[in-house]
Amino acid sequence: MKKFLSGNEAFAEGIRLARPQVISAYPITPQTIVVERLSEMVEDGSLKAEYVHVESEHSAMSCAIGASAAGARAFTATSSQGLLYMAECLYYASGGRFPIVMMNADRSTALPWNIYGDQRDSLSQLDSGWIQAYAENAQEALDLALMSYRIAEDKRVSTPFMANLDGFVLTHTYETVDIPEREQADRFLPPYETDNRIDLDAPKNMAFSAGPDTNYIFKYKEHEGVLAARQVITETEKEFAGIFGRKYTGLLESYRTDDAEYIIVTLGSIAGLCRETADKLRGEGIKAGVVRIRYMRPFPNEEIAAVLRNAKAYAVLEKDISFGNDGTVFTNVNSALKKAGVNVKGYNFIGGLGGRNISAADIEKIYSDIAKGTESVNFIGIGGGDNG
Amino acid sequence: MANKTAESISREEFFYGHKACAGCGGSLAVRAALKVLGPNAVSVLPAGCMSAVGFNFPQLCFSNNSIISTFAGTASMLTGVEAGLRARGIKEFTAVGFAGDGGTADIGIQALSGAIDRNDNIIYICYDNEAYMNTGIQKSGLTPFGAKTTTTPAGSNIHGNIRPKKNMFEIAAAHDIPYAATASVGYISDFIQKVQKASQIQGTKYIHVIAPCPTGWGVAPDETVDIAKEVVDCGLWYLAEYENGEFRLNHKPKEFTSVEAYLKKQGRFKHLTDDDIRIITASRDKKWEYIGKNFAL
Amino acid sequence: MRPYIREKKSFTFDEVPENTSFEAGYLTTVNSGWRSIRPVVNTQKCVGCEQCYLYCPDGVISVKDGKAAIDYDFCKGCGICAKICRIGAIEMEAERK
Repeated sequence: MKKFLSGNEAFAEGIRLARPQVISAYPITPQTIVVERLSEMVEDGSLKAEYVHVESEHSAMSCAIGASAAGARAFTATSSQGLLYMAECLYYASGGRFPIVMMNADRSTALPWNIYGDQRDSLSQLDSGWIQAYAENAQEALDLALMSYRIAEDKRVSTPFMANLDGFVLTHTYETVDIPEREQADRFLPPYETDNRIDLDAPKNMAFSAGPDTNYIFKYKEHEGVLAARQVITETEKEFAGIFGRKYTGLLESYRTDDAEYIIVTLGSIAGLCRETADKLRGEGIKAGVVRIRYMRPFPNEEIAAVLRNAKAYAVLEKDISFGNDGTVFTNVNSALKKAGVNVKGYNFIGGLGGRNISAADIEKIYSDIAKGTESVNFIGIGGGDNG
Repeated sequence: MANKTAESISREEFFYGHKACAGCGGSLAVRAALKVLGPNAVSVLPAGCMSAVGFNFPQLCFSNNSIISTFAGTASMLTGVEAGLRARGIKEFTAVGFAGDGGTADIGIQALSGAIDRNDNIIYICYDNEAYMNTGIQKSGLTPFGAKTTTTPAGSNIHGNIRPKKNMFEIAAAHDIPYAATASVGYISDFIQKVQKASQIQGTKYIHVIAPCPTGWGVAPDETVDIAKEVVDCGLWYLAEYENGEFRLNHKPKEFTSVEAYLKKQGRFKHLTDDDIRIITASRDKKWEYIGKNFAL
Repeated sequence: MRPYIREKKSFTFDEVPENTSFEAGYLTTVNSGWRSIRPVVNTQKCVGCEQCYLYCPDGVISVKDGKAAIDYDFCKGCGICAKICRIGAIEMEAERK
C-alpha cells in the first residue's frame, strides 16, 4: 500500500509492522510525531502494545530495558538532549545485550539551543555499544524500522539498534512510501525469543556486576556482537529484498565511485544532493562520486577502504564536530584507510550544524576544493584550519 | 511455640550469602519482604548497597528473578519489567523494587513519581539508612538534621547536616497513591504485614522502611534492630499508612523514650549540643502535633 | 530452599555468559571468615519462638526440631540473634581459628 508520509510517520508505520510489545514514550522535537502516531495505533487497536507515558528519556530507556529483560520487544524514540539525558541507559542496554530499537531524530545539541537537524547527538554516542544506522529517506526509514529488530534480536548480535533520521529534513518531509503488507512483515520478523530474560520457572539474576577477572570477557563478547551485525545486516537485507523487493547495500552505499577521482563520503539525507551534484560534475567531465555511510556501527572499515582506494582525494561531509579535533566521521574514515594501508588525501567538511542549509553550490565547491587541495578541516561557509 | 509472623511468610530464603556488612538493616528489609512475596517476586535494585553486595558474578545471592537498574531507574525499570511480563501474558508475579534513601529521595525521585503517577502495579520499598552508605556515608535527602556524614562533617561551625529529612512517605501519598506506609526493621512484624497488604493491592505501593546501617550510624552490628525500634519509640520515626486518601497511625507510643538517649548512642550524633537536641525534640513534637490532627488512629 | 554453594566457581572465556544474566542464587564463596564471634544456641533454653529467625539479616537461622539452628557458612556473627533472644538462649562466643 502506498501512502504519502513524513519520515517520522513512515518509521511509525514500520514499528507498527514490527509489533513491539512495550513502547515507552516521551516527546521531544522533532521526534514527537513518532510517539503520537504510535499512541493512535494503540488506541485504534492496530498495534497491540503496552504504551507507557514515561516522565523522562532516562526513564524511557530504563523502562525499555526492563521490558526487554522481561522478554518483551521494546521500542522508544528520542532526539538530541533526550538522547544525551538517557545516555547512561544506552550503555546499560548494550552491556546487558538487550535488543531494544530506538529511533533518534538527529538534532543539534545545546548550547546554543537549537531544534534543527545535525548529527552531533547520535555521533556523540558511537561508543555506547549500539548499532547505529542512518536513513536517507522515508522509505528507508520504514524499512529500517522493520529490519532493525531482525538484526538486533539475532542471537549472534543481541545488541540494541539506533535508527537515525535527520531532524526535520527527513522526519518532517513527506514522500510516497510503500507500506508492506502485515502478513509479509510477520513472515519477515518472527516474535522475539530469548533466554536473556526473567524466567519464573528458572529464575535469573540479571544486569549483575563482573569484576576484573571476567569483565573484559563480557566486553569482548559485546564487541563481537556488534561486529556480527555486519554479516547479519547483509543476510537480513537479502531476505528483505526477497520478500519486499527493495534492495539495500549493507553498511554503505556507493554512487558512481568505480572510476571516481573525487569522492564525497557522507551520511543521512544530504546524500541525495551530493549525488545530484556528482551527476552535474560528471556532465562537466569531472569524475565525481558519492559514498553514503548507512551504518556508523558496525563501521564499514573494509568497504570504505575499498571504495576510496583508487580515488585522488576524498571529502568527508558531516553535520558534526568533535571539538578540538575533526568531525567524528572523518576520524573513523581515516582510521579505516590507515588500517587498510590506503594513502589517499582526505579532507573534512563540517556543515549543517544547527540546521544550516548545505547548498548544491557548497557541495560543488567541496569537489573543487579537494581537487586542488585545501585545509584538513573546513567549516563550510566559514573556512578551514589545520587542527594540528 | 508458634510464631504467627514466621508462619505467615515463606520458609525459603531468597536473599542469601550476600556480602552486606554484619548487622545490615537494609539486607534484613530485603530478606523479609522477599519472604512475604515468595518465588514469583521479580525484584529490581538500583546500583547501591544491596546490588553491590548481592550481584557479583558468579556470586549471585537472589534466588528469585532479580535485576540491577541504573541508580535513578529503580521505578522506571520496574515499570518496564511489569509491562513486559504483562505483555507476554504472564500474570502471577510481583514486581518489587528495593532502593535506598539516596536512590529514592534524591536521584530516583523523578522515576518514582512517574511510576506513581501512572499507577503502575508495582511495590516500591525504600530501605532508608539515612545516607549514601555504599559510597561511604555521604549526606542524602533523607539524612536527618544533625547527623555527621563524610560530606556533612561535625565541627565547631556546623554540627553535621543542617537540613531535616525529606518526608518521602507524605510525598508518595501526595500523588494519591493507592497505598503507602512507613515501617522500621525494628518492628519486623509490622513491616511484614505491610508488605503483605501491599501485595494484595492493585496499583503503585510505596513502603518506607527505616533500616539502620551500623557502619554509618556508628553503632555495634548487634544494635541494628534495637536502634530501629528505638527511633520509633522516641518518636523520631512513626509507623503509619496512607490508604483510600487517609493517613492512619499504626502505633502510638504511650510516652516517648528519650531523644537524647537515642541520639547519643550513635557515633553520627555524638557531637550534638543540648541546643541541637532541643531543636530535634521540638521538631519531633511539632510532627506529632501534626499527626495528632491529621492521622486517624 | 535457599541459594547454595556450587562446585563450579570459575569461568573460562567460553563459559562466561553472552549477556548479563545467569542462574539465580548461585553462590561460590562463604561468609564464615568474617566472624570474630559466633552465636551458639543453648538448645536446653531455646523455645523455638523464632524471633532470631525473623530478625537475622542474613537468614542463616532456621528452626529444626523446635530449636534454632545456625548455618555457620554464612553467619557473619553480627550478634542480633543473641540480643533479640528474650530468654538468653543464644550466646556469642569467641571464634577459635
